[in-house]
Amino acid sequence: MVVQQSVGTSVPRVDGEAKVRGTALYVDDIAVPDALFGATVRSRVPHGILRAIRRDPAFDWSGIVVATAEDIPGRNTIYLIEEDQPALVPIGGRIRHVEEPVALVAAPTRARAFAAAAAIALEVEELPAVLSIEDALRAEVVLHGTDNVFKRFEIRKGGDVEAALAAADLVVEGTYRTGAQEQMYIEPQGMVAHYRDGACHLIGSLQCPYYVHKAMKVLLALPDDQVIVAQSVTGGGFGGKEEYPSMIAGHAAILAKKAGRAVKITYDRDEDIGATTKRHPALVRSRLGLRKDGTLVAVDVDVVFDGGAYITLSPVVLSRGVLHAAGPYRCDNVRVVGRAVATNTPPHGAFRGFGAPQTTFAYERQMQKAARALGIDPIELRRRHMLRSGDTTATSQTLTYSVGSVPVLEAVARAAETPISAKQSGGGKSPPVRRGRGIAFYFHGAGFTGSGEQRLAGRAQVALTKDGSFEVRSSSTDIGQGALTIFTQIAATALGVDVARVRIAEQTTAQVPDSGPTVASRTCMVVGGVVERAARALRARIEGWAASRGIGYADAARALAEAEGEVSETAQYEPPPGIEWDDATYTGSAYPVYGWACCLVDVAVDLDTYEVTVERCVHAVDVGKAIHPIIVKGQIEGGTLQALGWALWESVVYKNGRVANRRMTDCIVPTFADAPEMETILVEEPYPFGPHGAKGVGEIPMDGPAAAVANAIEDALGVPFDSLPILPEVVEAALRGRR
Amino acid sequence: MKLDFEVNGRAVAVETSPARRLLDVLRQDLALTGTKEGCGEGECGACTVLIDDEVVNSCLVAVGQVAGHRVRTVEGLADGEMLTDIQAALVRFGGTQCGICTPGIAVCAARVLEREPEAPRARIRELLSGNICRCTGYQLIVDAVAEVAAARSKRGP
Repeated sequence: MVVQQSVGTSVPRVDGEAKVRGTALYVDDIAVPDALFGATVRSRVPHGILRAIRRDPAFDWSGIVVATAEDIPGRNTIYLIEEDQPALVPIGGRIRHVEEPVALVAAPTRARAFAAAAAIALEVEELPAVLSIEDALRAEVVLHGTDNVFKRFEIRKGGDVEAALAAADLVVEGTYRTGAQEQMYIEPQGMVAHYRDGACHLIGSLQCPYYVHKAMKVLLALPDDQVIVAQSVTGGGFGGKEEYPSMIAGHAAILAKKAGRAVKITYDRDEDIGATTKRHPALVRSRLGLRKDGTLVAVDVDVVFDGGAYITLSPVVLSRGVLHAAGPYRCDNVRVVGRAVATNTPPHGAFRGFGAPQTTFAYERQMQKAARALGIDPIELRRRHMLRSGDTTATSQTLTYSVGSVPVLEAVARAAETPISAKQSGGGKSPPVRRGRGIAFYFHGAGFTGSGEQRLAGRAQVALTKDGSFEVRSSSTDIGQGALTIFTQIAATALGVDVARVRIAEQTTAQVPDSGPTVASRTCMVVGGVVERAARALRARIEGWAASRGIGYADAARALAEAEGEVSETAQYEPPPGIEWDDATYTGSAYPVYGWACCLVDVAVDLDTYEVTVERCVHAVDVGKAIHPIIVKGQIEGGTLQALGWALWESVVYKNGRVANRRMTDCIVPTFADAPEMETILVEEPYPFGPHGAKGVGEIPMDGPAAAVANAIEDALGVPFDSLPILPEVVEAALRGRR
Repeated sequence: MKLDFEVNGRAVAVETSPARRLLDVLRQDLALTGTKEGCGEGECGACTVLIDDEVVNSCLVAVGQVAGHRVRTVEGLADGEMLTDIQAALVRFGGTQCGICTPGIAVCAARVLEREPEAPRARIRELLSGNICRCTGYQLIVDAVAEVAAARSKRGP
């Protein structure tokens, strides 16, 4: 029997039917008998010392469980990179942002829990706060070290950057600011904790079961096997459920232990917007030195990210931002300096792109300015100077395979042959409109930075189960991106069986090995590759068994399962040959491979309302190999719209360190009506070490479209836009400034 | 108080305060958890249901208002094993990713195509714009709904 290879075809999503029926169980849909509902008491001041926690004596405290830092069984920290962030601020401890958790309550109903939380008052000695990157750099108030710098990275390539700038025909200078961005997954964060049979069981909306597992072992002082973390169906993540679930898990577990009951915590939208992590606000200064023909002779970039109150993931986000800051262009003299600074805002964290969108915005605005100043067509300028196979990056990594720069650029160049609609229109009854076109070209390192994947050593297992079917066991979660479906395809194809014979094990730490986190555009490329190797090993084992008994492979699996019970193979990540990275000098193979993309955006600016409409959006993305073309297309289009949202509509407004727009009414994201029809072009430059040639795709569509939008608006109006978002009031102010 | 109404073609009687949100009564009292809460203020549309064929956000409806009326949720779309054409198209075209917005979109799209079976893409976008999806960029959802509209018009009434 010949089984049609499912890789490369768009099989039905394995979780699709449950989702369209409404039967998929998200955390708040899971019935937990006798559960209490938890709520969080937060600091409400950006910086201070906690002096006392007082309960309102007039409130009826019967049936309410209250927990504070004293109730934490283990170390009071949300373990991640550093142990600087407490789960609950203790009396006498430092409050570092307005949403700092201080106490927890649990009650039989959610309403009672919120009422009880409101009946707890805090006595706080307030301290002066650091509320912006500029404040942090001035270091008049010191929150971290001596200069408020959490982490600094530097890249240097070639000779003297200053001398190269001095010798350049043209120096393009720019300062770029981008704001925080809310992930706005439609399912707010939530977790259920329950102690039973001597173990703490957690289930919730999350990306990385083993991140929660590691954090809970420390916080709850429990050994490996007494913390069991499972993922419920998760309503979107985009990075927002990478690290923060450890905080909610900790809170639910502390309450569950004290109450002796299961505790569920689900956030309302305003708490989710206010307290959870967002994209790092950024300040990027760039100087490009160019020759008249556009040759880049010097790149000098200074990157500052607002890390917020705790270190959390900021060093890794900054690293990725820095590693992408010089852009996908040839240049012999490069200097990039990056700093993540401490402020008294809630910690910023992972969001699709992970530092790269901020620096991509800067370099693609810079390239636009260079093209204008030199009078070179923007596509032609990039065509002449982009990295191609054989070229070296800013970290002196020589690109030898899967370099899709040419095909993505040429795909957009072909799309650009269709001219923009009338540059100006309107008059009479219709509003006056100006139109413009912008492009952006970019790359994105897939997988963990440097030697990260070797350190993670992600594992996955494929088993022939007793019933003769196959099961894939990995901790990679499906947060909408389709991991369950593509793993099914990869395993089925490697095993040579129909997808219907393969199922994916539940993502619980009790059953699946640690495959590393579901982040960094690594799930398909890295973990999918490990799944493929485990499946091939299992197939070889079955074939060997079959050969020794003279039966065919097709019949062997069931026979083997009947004879010997479950048989499984586990594989672990192995780096491709030739990958060398030096963390001390920040040189070498920053990533095993890069995705490549080019985006073209046509905009229309309404000169009465200053609203910007995206009329056309073409996005060519090199994905290596589309394991499931529809899922890949959906990934790209979703990321593209998040990028357009970041460019035009999405704004997080802070007042005294607290998010002021905490509802979907005023913290807006694009709707059906805002989104353009998208022209998505899949380019496949296979990655020799990914499954079937696949490489990371999750993040790259977020990196560049914002720059394309800004470039298009500049083309329409003739004035530069160097900050995001470009709200109508920003357009209005820019035009007013010109008049 | 006791409230009588119809849910997915079935008569129900619920003993509850009439001020509770329809969303909570559906999810907690009737175990119909397919209707989701994304924002609690009528912005995201994850809680979309039909009341007497009107598209509403069930987080903004007091349950007392539906006494004597017909409520339809995502659980009432499919006929047993058979998905509706819209549900099947959402799966086939990649119109569902994380899926949390999908029930609301499936319910809204069902009504949109009943009311305006010939709706072109731009009109489909307009009519669905009360439902927010953060995963798809909307393109594949519009593809799915437009395909169903085209298939139905080919098939005839």
